[in-house]
Amino acid sequence: MSPLLEVTDLKKYFATGTSKLLHRPTGQVKAVDGVSLSVEAGQTLGIVGESGCGKSTLARILTRLIDVDSGSIVLNGVDITKLRGAGLQKVRRDIQIIFQDPYNSLNPRHSAGQIIATPMQIQKTVSKKDEVLRVKELLELVGLNPEHYNRFPHEFSGGQRQRIGIARSLALQPKIIVADEPVSALDVSIQAQILNLLEDLQRDLGIAFVFIAHDLSVVRHIADKVAVMYLGKIVEMGSSKVIYANATHPYTKALMSAVPVAKTGTDRKTRILLTGDVPSPIDPPSGCRFRTRCWKAQDICEKLEPDLMDRGDGCVSACHFPEIKA
Amino acid sequence: MNKKVKLLDEGASKTDSPVTGLSPGRLALDRFRRDKVAVWSLYVVCFFVFIAIFAPVLTTLFNISPYTLDRRALNDYGNPLGRFGGVSWNHPLGVEPGTGRDILGRLMYGARVSLLIGFIGTIVTTSVGLTLGMLAGLRKGFVDSLITRLADVTLAFPSLLLIIALNRPLTQRLESIGVPEGNFARMTYIILVLTVFGWVYMARLIRAQVLSLREREFIEAAQSFGASNGHLIFKQLLPNLWAQVIVFATLSLPGYVAVEASLSFLGIGLMAPAASWGIMLGDSVRYYRVDPTYLLIPGVTLMILVMAFNLMGDGLRDAVDPKSDKQQL
Repeated sequence: MSPLLEVTDLKKYFATGTSKLLHRPTGQVKAVDGVSLSVEAGQTLGIVGESGCGKSTLARILTRLIDVDSGSIVLNGVDITKLRGAGLQKVRRDIQIIFQDPYNSLNPRHSAGQIIATPMQIQKTVSKKDEVLRVKELLELVGLNPEHYNRFPHEFSGGQRQRIGIARSLALQPKIIVADEPVSALDVSIQAQILNLLEDLQRDLGIAFVFIAHDLSVVRHIADKVAVMYLGKIVEMGSSKVIYANATHPYTKALMSAVPVAKTGTDRKTRILLTGDVPSPIDPPSGCRFRTRCWKAQDICEKLEPDLMDRGDGCVSACHFPEIKA
Repeated sequence: MNKKVKLLDEGASKTDSPVTGLSPGRLALDRFRRDKVAVWSLYVVCFFVFIAIFAPVLTTLFNISPYTLDRRALNDYGNPLGRFGGVSWNHPLGVEPGTGRDILGRLMYGARVSLLIGFIGTIVTTSVGLTLGMLAGLRKGFVDSLITRLADVTLAFPSLLLIIALNRPLTQRLESIGVPEGNFARMTYIILVLTVFGWVYMARLIRAQVLSLREREFIEAAQSFGASNGHLIFKQLLPNLWAQVIVFATLSLPGYVAVEASLSFLGIGLMAPAASWGIMLGDSVRYYRVDPTYLLIPGVTLMILVMAFNLMGDGLRDAVDPKSDKQQL
């Protein structure tokens, strides 16, 4: 069975610093540089990485909010990369997005009911008569009081607002939802509630998620598969069980070691501290992009860019010296 | 879809139904009502609007026609008889020196001109500014630089000089293309120049707003459902702009009233015997030694109206923006 969403070799370069004289870009930010991944129906793919590694750009490419430079996005067997007009309009029902900031993603002048009804009005999926009913149903589904559909965003808390955002993304009954750091703007106690809600929705409605986060413990909680991104590229990807138990890429290892563990005494892992900053994506290092911060880097890392190689357990890793346990 | 997700809903309890939310507009109205100064200013503005609308009725009712010459109210030198510029039962605010026309009547008719130019000027400049500002903010690129440069040039222009210089030729041009001659053409000219030099402020405000709003995620959210440009502009952007537009319009209206008075004072705009506060002020300067009341009356009236509009606009701005510094009493 082919996967629900299959993405091959996506590239998105943003022009920077336009030269006034020639109107030509003087540099390029390689925000997403050759990303391939796939998501099965009803499964969750977690994408992790530091700030600025291209996670949010990827989310906007997948939902066709920005156009991609090259590569292809195939949803449900249909290539949606270049779709326009009515074709794109139809595809938008199947792929929806949840945003990071629940204070920015809801129009402050619209009531909760209006916000949730908007996708249905635009796509004309529900008649005017059933609209209120459906909105109330959705509010209840995400754990809000259906009587609150007349309230405005400023009358809700951050967690409640995010629930409204989730209800809105569910309104068109999508097959897949791209969640762009849906919990990172929320209190920790509320993060768990939202994560549980997303899990429950997945179980009940069979929606696939692309779950973007910079927090490994959050992804571990929810994802079936994990992809680790660094400077616009995927450095390691595979089933989350295997990756969390045995990361082979040095970057993944460093990220894992930064996850706080509730243990004391000698049993604690030593933390790998990365030196330096993330290199500028305008001029990424030659060869392996991680080599400038990698403690294993050798000459070959500077010359040859490592490909994503099968580690033998279904996971892929882009490193010349992966630590594969026998 | 009917399976309920059992989760605690943080914050709100499920018992306080049914609830009707208060829209941001409704909340602003409540805050405005609590601002006594603003509410009283609104009453003053309403009073002036009432007078302006019913000026013909009121002047007939009190028999104070602004055009009737009353020789009997003047002495042999043409100065008003009696104290305070000829205040009497027949002429409650006195009479005009030289002609004997009733000042209260002229004040009432002057309010029509001031408010008419104020309102029409505001509506036209606001719509032009709103349209151009949104265009600049939404289109970015070439259109944006074109509009922004145009705005800069307009601001750099010595507008008053130009308005005085172009008064004759443009008014005649207007008359030649079919605008009714006389005061109508002169008023059209004033509104025209107000628009040409006034759209800039609104356009810049709106452009800045649109530039910041368009990056907000709710715009992206609407795009992800496949919203049309029309939907984005009218359903997502405009509701977030109305508050600013209304506040800005209210604050710029008194400016136009004052500009109309200044221009009439300078001899641009309406011509006597038509009544306008600016004409009255310009006329009264010649008599201020013998009849200071004549100078004070249109001056103070203009001040009251402009101040009422400004205070009302301030109150409106505070009401619309709950984060503004001024605390309501």
